Amino acid sequence: MIRLQRSVHRGPCASLLALFTLALLCTCSAHALDVPKLRGYVNDYADMISPSAKTELEKELRSFEKTDSTQIVILTIPSLEGEVMEEFSIRVAEAWKIGQKGKDNGIIFIVAKQERKMRIEVGRGLEGRLTDLMAGRIVDLVVKPRFKREDFDGGFVAGVSSLIDATRGEFKVDVTQRPARQEKSSQLLTFLIFGGIILLILGSMSRILGGAAGAVALPAMAHFAGFSPGLGAVVVLALLGFGAGLLLPLLFSAGGHYRGGGGFSPGGGFFGTGSSPGGGDFSGGGSDFGGGGGGDFGGGGASGDW
Amino acid sequence: MIRQVFYLFSLVVLFTVSGCGYNTMQANEEAVKAAWGDVEASYQRRNDLIPNLVEVVKGYAKHERETLSAVTEARAKVGTVQIAKNITDDPTAFAKFQEAQGAMSSALSRLMVVVERYPDLKANQNFQDLQHQLEGTENRINVARTRYNKAVEVFNTSLRVFPNSLTNSLLLHLKLKEPFKAEAGAEKAPKVQFP
Repeated sequence: MIRLQRSVHRGPCASLLALFTLALLCTCSAHALDVPKLRGYVNDYADMISPSAKTELEKELRSFEKTDSTQIVILTIPSLEGEVMEEFSIRVAEAWKIGQKGKDNGIIFIVAKQERKMRIEVGRGLEGRLTDLMAGRIVDLVVKPRFKREDFDGGFVAGVSSLIDATRGEFKVDVTQRPARQEKSSQLLTFLIFGGIILLILGSMSRILGGAAGAVALPAMAHFAGFSPGLGAVVVLALLGFGAGLLLPLLFSAGGHYRGGGGFSPGGGFFGTGSSPGGGDFSGGGSDFGGGGGGDFGGGGASGDW
Repeated sequence: MIRQVFYLFSLVVLFTVSGCGYNTMQANEEAVKAAWGDVEASYQRRNDLIPNLVEVVKGYAKHERETLSAVTEARAKVGTVQIAKNITDDPTAFAKFQEAQGAMSSALSRLMVVVERYPDLKANQNFQDLQHQLEGTENRINVARTRYNKAVEVFNTSLRVFPNSLTNSLLLHLKLKEPFKAEAGAEKAPKVQFP
């Protein structure tokens, strides 16, 4: 608005431009219903669930995620605003990424109040247990009769417990987060190899150059690998790198003997032991909802109305 | 000697890893392949459901022989379309595939219209179950097609932009992939809904 007012002072051309951009913005936002923000297990944007039922549902869903790592999330919206339920729900699924990464064990229960439509969107990893058929039966036989009686609390509670019953035991919580660490160390390995090659080239041009490059590269690599070394550690690493830059080319140019493997391995060992604390822990919060874990959806599930 | 080899090797490595898009194009092609796998699987899933559906409908709606046989024929036709390995970059084969699946979709939607006339059939639990499965499959097909088209768009763009196009014509020789085109019948999947 401020922008618009200012531009009026500037002249008709500028104000026209501002109006045009405003109109463009408006049409864009009106075109597709925005995906609402993920606030927790129960996202009751249509005010269909009573506070007591909400706390009960949240408690149940939180404890289920704690034991099984499967995430179930409820979303109610006042209206679909002309959009198709299935298209909206897959957009929600793509935006929220409910379920753990790699397990794809998320479920989203979406209800549109005005259109009297609902959908259970099932993550890929749960499609075997909670088939379209099973989801359809939960919609038809468990939720729909209660919704018809305007018993929304009962419908949500019963629906959620059927979903939990259907998917319990399919997944377990991982204690160790191995995949993330493995990825990190393999990345580090490529880094090391390329770093070694570049050191060799520089070192074979001039020994001092190689040493200097090593002194710069090793602390830099430590930095990229996610450490934040203190000043002392940087100096030690730089000295180590200087030594490596000096020695590596020496090993290679020693009459064509290929002893590079021995030269590389101590470096690898050094980093291998040091890289255990992987950054980016997602589920840091103890009791609160940690957000979607990166689960993937492929359009499985079932829709219904009441 | 070793030194020179290293110079050359490192140059090649540096060149390929940074700006020329070799890896990007490879990764994008794999993404397209994966997305195509999903498309094929969800169409196959629909095909597997059809015999059951025809069987259940037959029990209640004997007089709709024409509609039923249209579905069966469309299914048989889909079966005869050979899915070649490189179907995604062969426009004619791709068009054939899309046409056969489109015919299948419209035959199915006609069947679903006919079914509306048989309340007993609609109340049958078996049929309701099939309905859910069919509905879910159609939705999966839609999702898979949309994602495939997105992957193709990314891949085709990465093939056409400048340094990549050079790399491709010199080294990779990848072809542009075919996206699904909206067409009457195929795009309008049978919308199966129950009151």
